[in-house]
Amino acid sequence: MTLIRFTRNIQRHIECPPTEASGSTIAEVLESYFKTNPQARGYLLDDQGALRKHMAIFVNGTQIKDRTHLSDAIGEDDVVDVMQALSGG
Amino acid sequence: MSDRIHVATRKGLFTIERGNGHWGISHTNFLADNCTLVMHDSRTDRPGLYCALDHGHFGAKLHRSFDEGNSWEECGVPTYPTRPEGVEPQIDMMGRTIPDSLQLIWALTPGSVEQTGRLWCGTIPGGLFRSNDHGESWQLVESLWNHPDRKQWFGGGADWPGIHSICIDPRDAKRIIVGVSCGGVWISEDDGASWVCRAQGMRAEYMPPDRAYDPVIQDPHCVVQCPAQPEKFWAQHHNGMFRTTDDCASWQEITDVKPSTFGFPVAVHPEDGDTAWFVPALNDEKRIPVDGKVVVNRTRDGGSTFETLSEGLPQDHAYDLVFRHALDIDESGDRLVFGSTTGSLFISENQGDSWQSISRHLPPVYAVRFDKPSS
Repeated sequence: MTLIRFTRNIQRHIECPPTEASGSTIAEVLESYFKTNPQARGYLLDDQGALRKHMAIFVNGTQIKDRTHLSDAIGEDDVVDVMQALSGG
Repeated sequence: MSDRIHVATRKGLFTIERGNGHWGISHTNFLADNCTLVMHDSRTDRPGLYCALDHGHFGAKLHRSFDEGNSWEECGVPTYPTRPEGVEPQIDMMGRTIPDSLQLIWALTPGSVEQTGRLWCGTIPGGLFRSNDHGESWQLVESLWNHPDRKQWFGGGADWPGIHSICIDPRDAKRIIVGVSCGGVWISEDDGASWVCRAQGMRAEYMPPDRAYDPVIQDPHCVVQCPAQPEKFWAQHHNGMFRTTDDCASWQEITDVKPSTFGFPVAVHPEDGDTAWFVPALNDEKRIPVDGKVVVNRTRDGGSTFETLSEGLPQDHAYDLVFRHALDIDESGDRLVFGSTTGSLFISENQGDSWQSISRHLPPVYAVRFDKPSS
C-alpha cells in the first residue's frame, strides 16, 4: 500500500486525511483513493483527468513527470504527497 | 422593491440588507475565498442562492444554500466530457489548443417557473451547461459546443472565450439567448438543440477591417433583455454600446455618448426597454473612469440621449472599474446597485438620480445581485 498525504490548504475545503491506497502508478493510486473520497477528484484533477495546473504531486520528495496521464510508477513503500504551488493573491 | 443584495467579491460573499431606512452588511460567507458569481433563484419550488467560487489551485466550484445563505453545500460543477482515447484536443483559429476543462463559472441563470430545477451555466472556455436538478448535476449543451463557428471564438480579457450572459425569453423558455466574449450573441429557439449567431450590426475594432462586422467574433461584454419588452436587448460591447429592438435580428450602435461608450455592465429597466444604465470607463487601453470621476449613464429614449448621473458618486481621483456582472437592477426598476474593483458599493433608490455609498473598502467586487421576488 502507498501512503498518500495532502496539503494542509485543501483541508479547508474538503477533508483529506493521510490514507493508504493501492496501485502501481499515480493514476491507479488516485483512482483507489477517489473511491473513498470522490469529492477530492475535482480538487486535484481537471475535467480530462490531468493534474490541475497549480497542483504538484511528489513521490518520495520528487515531483512526478507525467502530469497528463499520471503514469509515474509507484512502489509498495513509496510516499505520495499532494501539494499546491505557491501562487495566488 | 428588493431589500437584499448579494455581493460576490475576490474575498467572500457579502449580504447587504435594508433595515430602518439604511443599507448595511448583514452577514458574510466564504470569507477569504474568491467568489466569482452569485445567483438568486426565487422560484417557489425550491428558492435558493448559488455562489460560484474559484479556488485557483483546486478549480472552480459551486455552492448552494436553501436557507437564505445561513448554510451552504457544495453541489455539482459543469464538467466537460472526457475526450475519447486517441482524439486530439480542438485547435482554435489562432492555432492554440482549446482546453476542454472548466476554467471559470461565468454565468448562472434560473430556467422558467415551469422548468423545475432547471439552471443554465455559462463557462470559460465557452461551454454552456444545463442542470435539471438545482445544480446537482450538469450537462454540456453539445449543439453549441460542437457548432463549427465556435472554434472561431477567442478570449477577450481572459485567455479563453466565455459565456457571460444568459437570457431566458419570458415569452418562451425554450428560447435562450447567450452573450459570448468573444463570440457574439447566440440564440436557440428549441431549448438548446440548435443555435444561430445574431450579432449583425456589432462592430469589432480589434479585428482587421474586412472582418470588423463578422458576427461570430464580436465581444459583447454584457447582454440584457427587457422582461416586459423582450424584443428589446442592450449590449455593452468592447467597442461601444449596442441595442436591438427586433429580437437580435439587427443591432444598432449608439455613438457620441459622453464621457465614453466603453465599459462592461449594462442594466435595462424591467418594464421599459428604452431605459438602460451603463457605467462608462475611459477606453479599452485605459480602463479607469474618465477624469477620475465615477458616473452612470442613463437613457430613457432607447439611446437617443443620455444623462450622466453623478450625485453621491466620487468625483475626484476615483479609479473604480465596474465589471460586467457588478451592476444590477431590482424588479421595481427603481433600485440599482453596482460594485467596483476598488471595493466600493453604491446603491440608488431613484433610478440612478442619486447614489449612496455602502462601503469603500470591500474586496474587489465581481458580481452584485438583488434578491428576486418569489415566482
